[in-house]
Amino acid sequence: MALVDLANPTRFLNFTERALPWLTAATVFAFAVGIGQALFVAPDDYQQGATVKIMFIHVPSAWLGMFCWSLMSVAALGTLVWRHPLADVAAKTAAPIGAAFTFLCLFTGSMWGRPMWGTYWQWDARLTSVLVMFIMYLGLIALWRSVEEPTRAGRAAAILTLVGAINLPIIKFSVDWWNTLHQPASVFRLGGPTIHPSILAPLFAMAIAFTLLFTTLHLAAMRNEILRRRVRSMLLLRARTQESRAGG
Amino acid sequence: MELGPHAIFIVAAYGAAAVVVASLIAWVVLDFRAQKRMLGDLEAHGVTRRSADIKEPA
Repeated sequence: MALVDLANPTRFLNFTERALPWLTAATVFAFAVGIGQALFVAPDDYQQGATVKIMFIHVPSAWLGMFCWSLMSVAALGTLVWRHPLADVAAKTAAPIGAAFTFLCLFTGSMWGRPMWGTYWQWDARLTSVLVMFIMYLGLIALWRSVEEPTRAGRAAAILTLVGAINLPIIKFSVDWWNTLHQPASVFRLGGPTIHPSILAPLFAMAIAFTLLFTTLHLAAMRNEILRRRVRSMLLLRARTQESRAGG
Repeated sequence: MELGPHAIFIVAAYGAAAVVVASLIAWVVLDFRAQKRMLGDLEAHGVTRRSADIKEPA
């Protein structure tokens, strides 16, 4: 099946029916490996001690929070420029998942910060810009819920998503542009990672597991949204037919 | 597995992750069941997506 075929919602539903069992199995397997590595194989850090285990959740959550907004931005272009039939379905269903991972990033960061920095929260540029992204996720979800007609909601949400995308480079480079309590990039940086392989390997294992989880949840949520729109169009059709019978 | 003096923070972080992931899974599964049930009800009443012909319920 060509990728372009998935633009058709019925073909997309058939694809999800076949793909979801495999993705679910792959996600469970990846988490079994990742959590095993994170909790039982990875050594304690020489400075952080066992609290380094929090990083195996915190870092993938942070990556996914930003990745999800990037995906929604591409979908927003699909809605506004190409009017792709699945673009606003993809954007709408990604928002709650992105919000959940961003919340997890903030919460686990706070749980790590208290013992390591001596505070749950600091208004530094990295933490504040991630909090702004979380609030924008909530705003997007509220926008989707407040406009009943999905196409109109999709266009408004697409504009807000593209405005919010300005925050992505601010989050990424905040640790370079400002003097922050949050440490600078230590994985994706020029010159390679500064993390020891014994900790980097479980981190990547958990990142793969979280990414598979995101993909599975997103596909399943997109399938649900397509079904919801079918129900809505059937209800509208029934209402119109009953109205015309009553009028005639 | 020895979690050291900051065990409560590690347990809280992993516990929150479990709750968030479980909530997302429940949201997706329950929503799927609800949409399938509504589609089934509408189809049982003869409503189809492209047909304007609606049968009266028996």
